[in-house]
Amino acid sequence: MNKHSPGSEFTPIRPGRGDGGKRKPRKFPKGRQVQPVAHEEVSGLLGDRTVQRDHLIEYLHLIQDKHGHISAANLAALADIMRIPMAEAYEVATFYDHFDVVKEGEEAPAELTIRVCDSLSCALAGADQLIEELQGKAGPSIRVLHAPCMGRCQSAPAASVGKNYMDNVTAEGLLTAAYAGEVKPVVPDYQGIEAYKAEGGYQMVEKCRSGGKTPDDVIEELLEAGLRGLGGAGFPSGQKWKFVRMEKGPRYMCINGDEGEPGTFKDRHYLERRPHQFLEGMLIGAWAVEAKRVYIYMRDEYPTVLKILADEIKAIEEAGIVEPGYVELRRGAGAYICGEESAMIESVEGKRGMPRHRPPFVAQVGVFNRPTLVHNVETVYWMPQILEKGAEWFASQGKEGHKGARSYSVSGRVKNPGVVLAPAGVTVNELINDYCGGMLDGHTFKGYLPGGASGGILPAAHGDVPLDFGGPLAELGCFVGSHAVVVMSDKDDMREAALNLLHFFEDESCGQCTPCRVGCEKAAKLMKGGDWNHELLTELAGAMMDASICGLGQAAPNPILTVMKYFPEEFR
Amino acid sequence: MSDKITFSLDGRDVEAEHGETIWQVAKRCGTDIPHLCWKDSTGYLADGNCRACMVEIDGERTLAASCIRTPTEGMVVKSESERAKKSRDMVFELLLADQPVKENAHDGVSNFWKWADSMGVDASRFPEKNTPVPDSSHPAMRVNLDACIHCNLCVRACREVQVNDVIGMAGRGAKEKIVFDFDDPMGQSSCVACGECVQACPTGALMPASIVDEEGRGARTHDDEVHSVCPYCGVGCQITYKLREGKIAWVEGRGGPANENRLCVKGRFGFDYIDSPERLTTPLIRKEGAAKSPYPDMDPTRPLDNFREASWEEALALASKGLSDIRDGSGKGKGRKALAGFGSAKCSNEEAYIFQKLVRTGFGSNNVDHCTRLCHASSVAALMETIGSGAVTAPFNAVKDSDVIIVIGANPTGNHPVAATYFKQAAKRGAKLILMDPRGHELSKHATHSLQFKPGGDVSMLNAIMNVIVEEELYDKQYIQAHTDGFEKLKTHLKNFPPEKMSEICGIEPDVLRDVARIYSRAEAAIIFWGMGVSQHVHGTDNARCLISLALMCGQTGRKGTGLHPLRGQNNVQGASDAGLIPMVFPDYAKVVEEDKLHKFEELWETKLDPEPGLTVVEIMDAVHEGDITGMYVLGENPAMSDPDAGHAREALAKLDHLVVQDIFLTETAMFADVVLPATAWPEKDGTVSNTNRTVQMGRKAVDAPGKSMPDWWITQELARRIGLDWNYESPADIFAEMKLAMPSLNNITWDRLETQSAVTYPCHGPDQPGEEIVFSDRFPTNDGTGKFVPADVIPPDEQPDAEYPFVLTTGRQLEHWHTGSMTRRATNLDAIEPAPTVQMNIGDMDNFGLEAGDPVRVETRRGIIELAARPTGGIPTGVVFVPFAYVEAAANLLTNPVLDPFGKIPEFKFCAAKIEPVRMTEAAE
Repeated sequence: MNKHSPGSEFTPIRPGRGDGGKRKPRKFPKGRQVQPVAHEEVSGLLGDRTVQRDHLIEYLHLIQDKHGHISAANLAALADIMRIPMAEAYEVATFYDHFDVVKEGEEAPAELTIRVCDSLSCALAGADQLIEELQGKAGPSIRVLHAPCMGRCQSAPAASVGKNYMDNVTAEGLLTAAYAGEVKPVVPDYQGIEAYKAEGGYQMVEKCRSGGKTPDDVIEELLEAGLRGLGGAGFPSGQKWKFVRMEKGPRYMCINGDEGEPGTFKDRHYLERRPHQFLEGMLIGAWAVEAKRVYIYMRDEYPTVLKILADEIKAIEEAGIVEPGYVELRRGAGAYICGEESAMIESVEGKRGMPRHRPPFVAQVGVFNRPTLVHNVETVYWMPQILEKGAEWFASQGKEGHKGARSYSVSGRVKNPGVVLAPAGVTVNELINDYCGGMLDGHTFKGYLPGGASGGILPAAHGDVPLDFGGPLAELGCFVGSHAVVVMSDKDDMREAALNLLHFFEDESCGQCTPCRVGCEKAAKLMKGGDWNHELLTELAGAMMDASICGLGQAAPNPILTVMKYFPEEFR
Repeated sequence: MSDKITFSLDGRDVEAEHGETIWQVAKRCGTDIPHLCWKDSTGYLADGNCRACMVEIDGERTLAASCIRTPTEGMVVKSESERAKKSRDMVFELLLADQPVKENAHDGVSNFWKWADSMGVDASRFPEKNTPVPDSSHPAMRVNLDACIHCNLCVRACREVQVNDVIGMAGRGAKEKIVFDFDDPMGQSSCVACGECVQACPTGALMPASIVDEEGRGARTHDDEVHSVCPYCGVGCQITYKLREGKIAWVEGRGGPANENRLCVKGRFGFDYIDSPERLTTPLIRKEGAAKSPYPDMDPTRPLDNFREASWEEALALASKGLSDIRDGSGKGKGRKALAGFGSAKCSNEEAYIFQKLVRTGFGSNNVDHCTRLCHASSVAALMETIGSGAVTAPFNAVKDSDVIIVIGANPTGNHPVAATYFKQAAKRGAKLILMDPRGHELSKHATHSLQFKPGGDVSMLNAIMNVIVEEELYDKQYIQAHTDGFEKLKTHLKNFPPEKMSEICGIEPDVLRDVARIYSRAEAAIIFWGMGVSQHVHGTDNARCLISLALMCGQTGRKGTGLHPLRGQNNVQGASDAGLIPMVFPDYAKVVEEDKLHKFEELWETKLDPEPGLTVVEIMDAVHEGDITGMYVLGENPAMSDPDAGHAREALAKLDHLVVQDIFLTETAMFADVVLPATAWPEKDGTVSNTNRTVQMGRKAVDAPGKSMPDWWITQELARRIGLDWNYESPADIFAEMKLAMPSLNNITWDRLETQSAVTYPCHGPDQPGEEIVFSDRFPTNDGTGKFVPADVIPPDEQPDAEYPFVLTTGRQLEHWHTGSMTRRATNLDAIEPAPTVQMNIGDMDNFGLEAGDPVRVETRRGIIELAARPTGGIPTGVVFVPFAYVEAAANLLTNPVLDPFGKIPEFKFCAAKIEPVRMTEAAE
């Protein structure tokens, strides 16, 4: 048979390029090819886990923890193993600060990272100079980064060496720790399961479960106690339960442990001391809404808490208090926006932390599009005691016209900063003088943040305003939020403070909506330029407050507006 | 209870449908609220991120995005309030700060500028941000992210609409950035260039490269636009040509029923072939003494090496004389049966119709065929035999209602890319997508089940699945009783195919076979798609019979979301088949051997007709070798590239006494011609085409044809007149009118209707009714109305691998190149993306040969040898190689096995034994 083959007698000429000129064939299918070696490595890291889409962030942590960064090869392999688009893996990995994606040909970050908190309380304590000093002194094996609030504002400046979060740091101290390899979280002493049980712990949840209380009873008690959402929104907790219970199951529960509001450290305070009181409160909530599963979303900046919770969840599983796997601990990855409840839910689902539109509310459509009860850590923390001691016990702790006790995180220019358990409606003057030992020597009270970065800035003249949700504080254009009070003095520049906060918002905006993404960036630029164009900033603020999707963008202009309004002398 | 919601909009009480947004209601009521991230187009969901459409709602603390917010009863909405307007203005002013100045805009008439202008926002008081670097790495598109407003539309276009999953939004906050894969240059990413993002982009950050200058400036302005249909695959996407100075400047997807504005790389970026300098612009006559070598080694840019230019008159006279001389002669190689014609599935219905009419009434035989023989002849044979109709029972878009989808022997992401978007969307929504294919391909990423069976193992696998359904009594007794015939016989037959035994043949675990059987049979609505992996086998008809039996026994046809759908390959293969470009049937599948049908057409055409079926494509080539056929008329087909054992076909072409080829290029087949007649390309003529969904669509002329080229229907008519036919069609509309007399399938579908509506699906039951998308709910068009079960036995592929030829060679298409590449290889963008032939190989096999990606390889079979570059390709199993057949430099069909399926007469393109050898570098350099 005559075999047809290329040969001297036959030189076919390709169409389209009349000169017959050859072009090189495409060697590979389109796009980045998955390297077998990387595939093997990432498969090994995942071990015998069943691959779940919502665990993407957990898997990214596995790679980052192992290598100190995430190589493109490993990220591509992970996307392949998870059968998700590469773009999806990349956008999630690059959304969170604690992941370092390193592409081919790029240099991996230094082995060890020192993050220095530069949020307001730490900035007041000299974070910027500290960073400068560190950058000068640290060797090539150390990377020095700015970082947002670490929830250690009472011992500013704070910083982390690897996962070792340290208080009242100095450059020298940090570098010593770094070179000594002290990079692991240092877990403080805390109350374990036995001690908690010895004081009657877990009896209340048992009582609820065994019919000693009905969800309706508990809802009534919570409403009477006046317990409100202590993450910052102040929504009546009992009411929230009612809403979630109205929705058809299956329902879920999420604990918002992404305590990122600058100046706030109360959740960490309780979790590092009495984790089981929190867990029991959480289980009572889960019981009340018949949650199919509970997710605890804990910020990555709290490695001690992550360790404590992992251990103690195991302890309650072993004690038969919960089914293994019922409570799932999820680790954040460095994104303030995930403290916004719907952004947190997105993150629990393994996505970028993009706040969702309302309606629908998360109580109706939450995690995995199911009705979800979302609570802040501290909110559930009080529940066992309220049910134990009665609604009146809690409610009566407030000042006149206010219900309950509140945990104020007080930092800045006071003698004894820290978590202050005080009556709802306490004033900043009372906090400074009655709870925190007065102002630091040589400092005169000039102004304060009543509610973290978002709550605005007030002058000392308004130091007698009761600090609670709504009320006179709201009339001043401020809010108490997570009850993070940062006290400033005559040594502090209010414009600088506002700029620090705007930089924070600029960094932490998720980027989804125009007013917030572009607004924060432009506002910070205008402010940094020194030329505070009051008219333009006011106009911009209006649009940000009116048109941003979530609270971040809506509240971000508060520092600008309040500084312009209450500190006119700063502009003279 | 009323479904309507009443609310107040700008002081007026208005009604909203359930699910309608405030923006949509406002639009309906005449208020156009500014919008950027919201695309008012099928398939796009509102995202509410740009905040350009804010409105004020009484009692709410903040404003609301009207694009995503649905009104509630009694809501009071103000779109015109000062507060809402100020907020929208501010959004535009913020975005404007970072835009390139309007004079340098990438799209000066973008949605962004349109709105900014109308709102009077022409300057920004804000400082600007650093501008990103332009990305011109892709041949077809320009990426200028300095104009990006992060509205996410391109991400949704890529991920939600087309589900190509390339574009992402990386980073956070002001550092957010549109990325391709891992922030790779677009041209190096996994982008398949569907261009959906370009069509969606509201700012010009993503633009067709054809309308931006070197500095990135441009505008989507056009002098004129013409609505038409894509000339490539059988999906039948509607398109709009955007014209500037009589040329196609760019193409956009239009809202046709099949594509809902979507396109693929070919349909969007593959049109400049019509401006190729290689276009035939004048009739050509072979020079005296120019020999016909069996090797098509002519330079297509130099036709005058072998041909001379001629007038139409001379060329037509010579062409027709050659044909009539053979027809009118006597002896071997003479007479009416010594002529044959190949029509084309790339031309219009009208052109197909008059082509077959010319062969039947002018040549006097039924020796007319076309490429359907090479793609779905076996599917059609099985469908005709079992359910009495060769077309699909449901459109591919029916997957919207399916909960189980089987795709077998098809690579839709490459070959039916827009259909694939619907499959991927269905999978994303949660439908079970079951892939059955020896090759793993792009769609596998979306599949819930991927059955990579052994090549040729189809019947064993399908019989095993049916065995489970029978054994476990999962079949639909009521349906079988009411609508089918022959189940008991099949049941007995299937006893011999238990999963355990079949697993050895097909390579799929028995448990998987059971699982799939249960999923399919228990589905609410399941649909089956198949491609040429099913049909192009010696057991192609058996494969299709199995799929039909499977659907019938489970009652998975005739309802929403169910059906049988062979994905048709070419833009008009359905229409060309319907029009009768098939040797055994007249238009509408009227069998030539049935006397009443014969008489009907004899009456219609006023002439005696041949009562014997004609020869099929491969049979015709064999008859040429035998000397029985000596003259051919080939319109738009390229058998020198597309026939199996193409060397054999080329020898046949060289052997012909008289060959007339009508085409737009000097194809490898035209190189053998005695007379070459230059035709107009698709965008240069009017005509209808019928897609894989049975939808007849109108193609419209957009640009003038080059030189003396003429529409195919005109050329065919001129030839007809010169071989003794008295034809007087004045336009395709004339021909269509006659077709309606011949084809009941076109009832209620008129030329006028197609002109106004652009698309009508058949069967259509009234002039004002939409066509019937899902057919055969009550009865099948068989004699007794039932669907027949036809048992199939396991027949192995013809040529099994052995020690000498240990590999299995399989062939097919790839995304960028269509059929034999005559058009796509001359389309600049498509050529740039896939410039040269490659053989796709398993990475392990390449390692065994010590091959690196791109190394030259020799692929040899008993029929031919080609050399081409190796491409490591995930999904190709060990021992299998895949070669696309579009490349003349390494023509895959020199290698393929011409053995035929006995029923469909389709060759076994999908399986032959091959040998692989690395080509030593010194050798390769020679």
